[in-house]
Amino acid sequence: MSVLRLEGIDAGYGDHPILHGVSLHVDAGEVVVVIGPNGAGKSTALKSVFGLLTITRGRVVLGDEDITNTPPERVVTRGVCYVPQTGNVFVNLSVQENLEMGAYVRRDDWRPRLAEIFAMFPDLAEKRRQPAGSLSGGQRQMVAMGKALMLEPRILLLDEPTAGLSPKYRGEIFETVRRINAAGVPILMVEQNAKQALGIADRAYVLVDGENRHEGTGPALMADREVARMFLGGRD
Amino acid sequence: MWELFNFYLIPGIVLGCIYALGALGISLTFGILRFSNFAHGEMMMLGAYFTFTIVGLTGWHPLAAALPAMVLCAIVALGLDRAFFKPFRQAPTIMLVIASFGLMLMIRSAVQFFWGVSPRPLMPGIQRPQAFLDGALLIAPKHIWIIGTTLLVMLAVHLLLTRTRTGKAMRAVSDSPELARLTGIDVEAVIRATWVVGAVTAVAAGVMLAMDTQVETLMGFKMLLPMFAAAILGGIGRPFGAVAGGLVIGVVEEMSAYPFIGTVPLLNPAYKSGIAFGIMVLMLIWRPSGLFKGRVF
Amino acid sequence: MDGYALYVVGLLTAGGIYAILALALNLQWGFTGLFNAGIAGFFAVGAYVSVILTAPESPTIIGGYGLPLVVGCGAAMIASGLVAWGIGRVCIRLRSDYLAIATIGIAEILRLVFKNESWATNGPRGIAGIPKAFEWVPYPWNQVAFLGMVLATVLVIYLALETAWRSPWGRVMTAIRDSEAAAKASGKDVERFRLESFILGAAIMGLGGAYFAQYLKYFGPETSDPTSVTFLVWVMLIMGGSGNNRGAVLGALLLWAIWSATELLTSMLPPDWAVRSAYLRIFLIGLVLQVVLQRYSKGILPETRPAVVGTSTRAGATTGNAT
Repeated sequence: MSVLRLEGIDAGYGDHPILHGVSLHVDAGEVVVVIGPNGAGKSTALKSVFGLLTITRGRVVLGDEDITNTPPERVVTRGVCYVPQTGNVFVNLSVQENLEMGAYVRRDDWRPRLAEIFAMFPDLAEKRRQPAGSLSGGQRQMVAMGKALMLEPRILLLDEPTAGLSPKYRGEIFETVRRINAAGVPILMVEQNAKQALGIADRAYVLVDGENRHEGTGPALMADREVARMFLGGRD
Repeated sequence: MWELFNFYLIPGIVLGCIYALGALGISLTFGILRFSNFAHGEMMMLGAYFTFTIVGLTGWHPLAAALPAMVLCAIVALGLDRAFFKPFRQAPTIMLVIASFGLMLMIRSAVQFFWGVSPRPLMPGIQRPQAFLDGALLIAPKHIWIIGTTLLVMLAVHLLLTRTRTGKAMRAVSDSPELARLTGIDVEAVIRATWVVGAVTAVAAGVMLAMDTQVETLMGFKMLLPMFAAAILGGIGRPFGAVAGGLVIGVVEEMSAYPFIGTVPLLNPAYKSGIAFGIMVLMLIWRPSGLFKGRVF
Repeated sequence: MDGYALYVVGLLTAGGIYAILALALNLQWGFTGLFNAGIAGFFAVGAYVSVILTAPESPTIIGGYGLPLVVGCGAAMIASGLVAWGIGRVCIRLRSDYLAIATIGIAEILRLVFKNESWATNGPRGIAGIPKAFEWVPYPWNQVAFLGMVLATVLVIYLALETAWRSPWGRVMTAIRDSEAAAKASGKDVERFRLESFILGAAIMGLGGAYFAQYLKYFGPETSDPTSVTFLVWVMLIMGGSGNNRGAVLGALLLWAIWSATELLTSMLPPDWAVRSAYLRIFLIGLVLQVVLQRYSKGILPETRPAVVGTSTRAGATTGNAT
């Protein structure tokens, strides 16, 4: 049984669906990457899991539970954590307070988990009292991811985590994603930096114009001529 | 020099405390609900009237009577939110402003209906000032109460916002309601908490104003402009900036009546309420984000 | 002419003046999305300026130039327009709440000025003995003539606003309302258009004030009371249908009729009750506003244009931005 499945999703914001019959799945322990040209609907696919827009056809299944069109605040309690591309930290709260908010829906003591996150992200431990808005872009991404991890989610959804970051930070982010996955969290990641993303992916999907176009393992897609032609030429 | 201190600066600080507490509530409401609540002044007045009645029934000190009044006003605030503001959660902000405008008139007319319009004293009798520093410094006991209560309420709000889960969630929602939702924060619960804190600070401000002057039905409306000016001066969405703004406006207002030049007040006292307006317009021209860089939108 | 008919004439006259105010507010709010919470202030400025210029000479105050009423009305509009220009320049580019606060503020400041600068305004006592249009006509037809003037003005303003809306100026305003970003991109100075609308609306409100002063033959600082001017006009517009000139006029006449009728009824109660019931009336009008706002936000006569929509996000509002 997959951790997360999207089955034939049509989804959008109003009358015009952006996604048409999109299907994908994430299995235990995997890093699954979704790549595609601008406007392909990659971010929309993530948002449809998280209930941020309307699914008019198809299902989203978490484990054995249908979570189609469940509002975001309830999806969170089911163990799905979503890190949006922008506006993903509370800029006026400190790093630690951001992480604490990440644990908002937890009923139990989150302090051990906080210590674990700080161990995973030593930079953040150092800056725990600083307002999150004063951190660099890359560090802010770390806060956003750490915040999402406070709930020990069943799956982590990442929306273009390296967008707008310098090359140095991009490498760090991908490394962090790998580490998070190594600690046991399956990841569904949308990325613009196709080459580097495929480098850490177990499997990947290529979406074009809101539809599935290609699918395969990371290495297989990296080697694929057409995929290479579409995005890997000229990109870092 | 002591004359300036005793009869202008101290009253200015007292007035500033009242403005500060009122502006604190407005700033919190603005940050989290994202609209200017025109009915906030009337909530202050309602709290003062409840307190007046409780004092009449029990004989307690106004500050003690204010506590049940706070509970009553919190309940009223939650009820008003449910009836008149909640329907507009997804609507353009201006609908909330219009609704609050209507509520302002409704609350005031309800109070006028039940209590009538004649002003009443909350603390009857003239208070003799206490002398300090060998009689040089004179402060009326009620002014000491007011300044002390303000500090206490400030501290309580500060602790709430920085040490409690709810308070941090309030700051989170104020920062970004969308992200708060994504994080699983119960935004409706935060909104309810905001109304309660707003009501409590409003009642405190109203009771203190009533202690300093009297209970009357236009007291809330008269506060509205200075409180909004204070919130803008301090920076919208920065609650403690609003506090600073309130103090500045209060002090400037009282000091403007001092005869700095010659024997005539610097500014005709009838225009005192114009000072808050003037400060506000200046801020809007020069630096709309306020002294402490709040949001501008 | 019997008392009943005279009452109706008076009702329609005041209602007509309110219709002028509602049309002006519709221009500012319904078409331009500007929240003017200081109608009472612009109203008062117009009234006082007109009065000072047209009243006969008086030992206590300046003015008394005894100028023709037309001059008084024109000056009223200019004066109100100037005040609107001052406030608008600062606040229009900012969020709508700020304009609301600023307009409440200016209305209050103006009231203080009118109350205190007795050398100009006779202070709290106000100015009486104001000349009125068609006074030379024998009673009671002078009242009817005055009513005719008011209604004619309503018609003129209505037609002017409807024409303006279909003019190039009006098309720009529609474009701004429908998509500010697009309007800006095509080089339109959005703020200037908004300011123009604000000033024009305020000028019309000033005219309303001038007419009202003539109607009462008296004007004082408490005559322009925020509750009975600002608040009432807002309810009239929301009830009638904001964005819709016909709705504005209808709302004004209807609500004024209700307001006056209830006043008549409650004045027949024993004095104690009469005073209290005044507050009850305001409460109920406020409640009407809330109900209309929630259920019938389009008003009695729904407009044919899209309503003004804001774009800020808020606690509890869903996100819905396409990437």
